[in-house]
Amino acid sequence: MSNKIKDGGMHAKRVMGDIITYIFLIVLSVIWLIPFFWLVMQSFRDGKGQFISTFLPKAYTVNNYKALFTQFDVMNFPRMFMNTFFIACCTCVISTFFVLSVAYCTSRLKWKMRKPYMNMAMILNLFPGFMTMIAVYFILKALGMTEGNRIPLALIICFSSGSGTGFFVMKGFMDTIPKALDEAATLDGCTRWQIFTKITLPLSKPMIVYQIITSFMAPWVDFVFAKVICRTNSQYFTVSIGLWSMLEKEYVDAWFVRFCAGAVLVSIPIAILFMITQKFYQEAMSGAVKG
Amino acid sequence: MPKTLTNTEPQRKPKIPDSLSIALKNGGPVVWASCLIMGLANILNGQLIMGLIYLAVEIGVIVFLAVPNGGLYWISMLPSLGWREQQKVFNEKTFVYEYVAGDQSQLILLYGIASLCVVVLLVLVWQSSVRSGYRAAALKKMGEHVPNFKEQLRSLLDENVHMLLMTPPMACLVIFTILPLLYMMSMAFTNYSKEGDHLVLFDWVGLKNFMTIFDSSSVIGKQFGSVLLWTLIWAFFATFLNFFLGTIVALIINRPAIKFKSFWRGCLSMTIAVPQFVSLMVVRSMVQPEGIVNKMLLNAGWISQRLPFLENVTWARVLVIVVNLWVGIPYTIMQVTGILQNIPADQYESARIDGANTFQQFTNITLPYMLFVMTPYLITQFTGNINNFNVIYLLTRGEPMYVGNSAGGTDLLVTWLYKLSVDQQKYNLAAVIGIFTFVVLSIVSLVTYRSSGSYKDEEGFK
Repeated sequence: MSNKIKDGGMHAKRVMGDIITYIFLIVLSVIWLIPFFWLVMQSFRDGKGQFISTFLPKAYTVNNYKALFTQFDVMNFPRMFMNTFFIACCTCVISTFFVLSVAYCTSRLKWKMRKPYMNMAMILNLFPGFMTMIAVYFILKALGMTEGNRIPLALIICFSSGSGTGFFVMKGFMDTIPKALDEAATLDGCTRWQIFTKITLPLSKPMIVYQIITSFMAPWVDFVFAKVICRTNSQYFTVSIGLWSMLEKEYVDAWFVRFCAGAVLVSIPIAILFMITQKFYQEAMSGAVKG
Repeated sequence: MPKTLTNTEPQRKPKIPDSLSIALKNGGPVVWASCLIMGLANILNGQLIMGLIYLAVEIGVIVFLAVPNGGLYWISMLPSLGWREQQKVFNEKTFVYEYVAGDQSQLILLYGIASLCVVVLLVLVWQSSVRSGYRAAALKKMGEHVPNFKEQLRSLLDENVHMLLMTPPMACLVIFTILPLLYMMSMAFTNYSKEGDHLVLFDWVGLKNFMTIFDSSSVIGKQFGSVLLWTLIWAFFATFLNFFLGTIVALIINRPAIKFKSFWRGCLSMTIAVPQFVSLMVVRSMVQPEGIVNKMLLNAGWISQRLPFLENVTWARVLVIVVNLWVGIPYTIMQVTGILQNIPADQYESARIDGANTFQQFTNITLPYMLFVMTPYLITQFTGNINNFNVIYLLTRGEPMYVGNSAGGTDLLVTWLYKLSVDQQKYNLAAVIGIFTFVVLSIVSLVTYRSSGSYKDEEGFK
């Protein structure tokens, strides 16, 4: 009898605990999502100005989205989008190639400068990236790449040239591929190049997808390098500087709601890509060769 | 590579000791001559094309160095960094004043360092040419087959594939990371700054900039002290608050009775999925004096005057730490969720039998275990936060600023560095701060990487 009462008490306590936990999680999720909810609502707001007195807009419209694709006098959103898309495609090809090459060489091959190279990469990763930014700008300027239609090239170089030091995750993955596979291939007469392209790369597929998407996302989310390289050449702006400059003092009043619309349009694909990388990352973490 | 591999290669190659000193000692007249005329030994020993390539490189570099306004000129200008100012000269033929370009110290410094890099490159190529020449000569002397150009190219796909694969990334690193770093670091020893009008012509000043920054009585020294202190406080709170609160939330989501676990995690990870410049600029707009947060609180009657989120230093500092929780807790949850499942369940069971409550279990089992496993992660986070540019710059832009200061109340070393170089053009001070940040980071990281498991395991992998 007494046992039963005690169990009932325990049970009630546990239910209470669960309820409190659920309430806590709901509150937490609401806090986490409110700014995004507000952003989406603002993007549909009818009217100008950054500051309003109510949380939800008084009138709704889709004109903010329409304006982004029809009014090009101050900011050309589609062109910014295409600029960024082009830069992102080139960057992800170059960076992925660099990362794969370096990871393969440091993980599978034995060469004299291997350890020094890895230590050097580790040291280079410690410098704040902005320290070199100005110097990179001067170098690109000396090469004549900061004017006119060479600006996108300069940005591609900025985003991809450093990827030779970002190979540690990929190397860690390749380390898990059994060495016996390479040995067997060598016995069958494969060259190292063939081992790289026919064995290592196919086995690294989930990690390569992760790498491709990650480097594809870099030009979309960076605004510091892009700002320094593009300066005032607004026709070569990437999406992030475009959105950033919509909030500058002279534009913010007229452009705030369009900023919100643009931010929503950029965030959706980036968020989806991020979810995909997580899926592939987890797949990669479960090992290269199963069973 | 395991040893078995070398044994099974089709043709065993004769082993030739491969080092510069041996090549110079045993090389003989032809190899010695090829120290001056690169590639000579290759040409005479049946590697015509290879030898010609070495020779072409040598000639190319020498031409680059020797032409007027070439490498040697820039290197010779390095010690003085230029002195000729831009001048107006009267042209008697056209009766117009013409401008004669003066020296530009910044270009001299850049080209000078680049030329020095080319010289270093030449030395490396020279070494490899002497060794390669010696190898060819030795093979011929032993009556072995000397690999021709086609075979050498083919070896790039096999035993020398690392040369093929590493060259493009290395070249990019040298030109766009190492060269700029050397360039920036050398700026720390000059007076390249808007201050005193040294943007065109500047000079070496030795350690003066370091003295200014570390002199706690100067204006800039005082700011440096307060920025450094705030950087460390920020990194500490941003790292450990994120860790503790993130662990607690992860534990709560992990409770067996909780359903839709991935839904809750998905909701929270929105702040990682959405680009930071979007989410942080939205928050920035919400906490403006006229922003929606202040409006709502005023409307609800909870406050009588606006909260100074961005105007008051303390408010701004607390704001960036809190907003960073919003951005950072999801990262911790992602990291922690996997690790939590590895804690042996029997420990909790025996703790429960001993009568420990949930809080005691957390402080005595979960937390020590997590701290033990996650120390390397925490220290990487700590260094990452010292370098955390986005949260500060997008949220407060380092403000509130005071008149006469170059750093605002929430500026970290990196955002200050950015402002000093991009906005205020005090490149010399920016460079000193960059070097200092690097020193702090490298001390922290070296200690951890050296003691972390992954570094030691790496040693054992071969």
